[in-house]
Amino acid sequence: MTGHDDLPAAARARRLEERLIAAGLTSDDEIDAFLTGLYTSASPVNGARMAARAWTDPRYRDLLLSDGNAAAAEQGFEGLSYQLRVVANTENVHNVIVCTLCSCYPVSLLGPSPGWYKSFAYRSRTVREPRAVLGEFGVTLPDTVQISVWDSTSEARYMVLPLRPAGTGGLAADELAAIITRNGLIGTARL
Amino acid sequence: MRYAAGTTVRVRAADPDHHTRVPRYVRGHTGQVVAALGRWPLPDDSARGITPPRIETCYAVRFSAGDLWGTGDHTVTVDLWESYLDGP
Repeated sequence: MTGHDDLPAAARARRLEERLIAAGLTSDDEIDAFLTGLYTSASPVNGARMAARAWTDPRYRDLLLSDGNAAAAEQGFEGLSYQLRVVANTENVHNVIVCTLCSCYPVSLLGPSPGWYKSFAYRSRTVREPRAVLGEFGVTLPDTVQISVWDSTSEARYMVLPLRPAGTGGLAADELAAIITRNGLIGTARL
Repeated sequence: MRYAAGTTVRVRAADPDHHTRVPRYVRGHTGQVVAALGRWPLPDDSARGITPPRIETCYAVRFSAGDLWGTGDHTVTVDLWESYLDGP
């Protein structure tokens, strides 16, 4: 069977792991436990629930936009390993997240990042021609909407608070969270 | 914290021969401070094993696409440590 282990990057990563293990800095069990913990809890459902709550609770919205870590803690996500900054879309401003240096992104709240988020094309073009990039994602914004790009170059991680779609007034919190996608939280989709 | 929100700053144009977190596309450009984020170790020091690394305020700095690229009506906000910036 041809699998992930055959990829050159995976082989390089494994050689690096073996060197770290040989040096006594970690162990296979420790690496497995870390990855299992990360991937079983990291999901865009987490960010979606926070965004849905902000749509219905003005106090929580204010907290989310002013102190993302405190808002995450209220939702049960304590001790994030980064400073969470949430930027809100409005009728006049559409936000989109990128990391031109690598692929930084709030993994615990958005799940593992999609392949395109790590691609050279997305990273280089989003800061230069975001309207064209968004168009390729199927997002066509009126010229009156300003695009605000956030390049995640520090220890802060960014998440977009999407605009609540019209006609969702009667939905419960869980139903609202279900319409919020990972791309919506990155800014490459409108809901 | 040296720069309040709204302050105009210029990114140093230097091209260091070591690791840095200044994207090349903002070097030498002028932007406005949006917010002070936090005080964190300077990656340029950490990457070179300098102990202790300098601990500096990091700022979100907003640039206009027109200034960066000569075209476009969007903005790009980049997080930059204090050492990367010169004041007004």
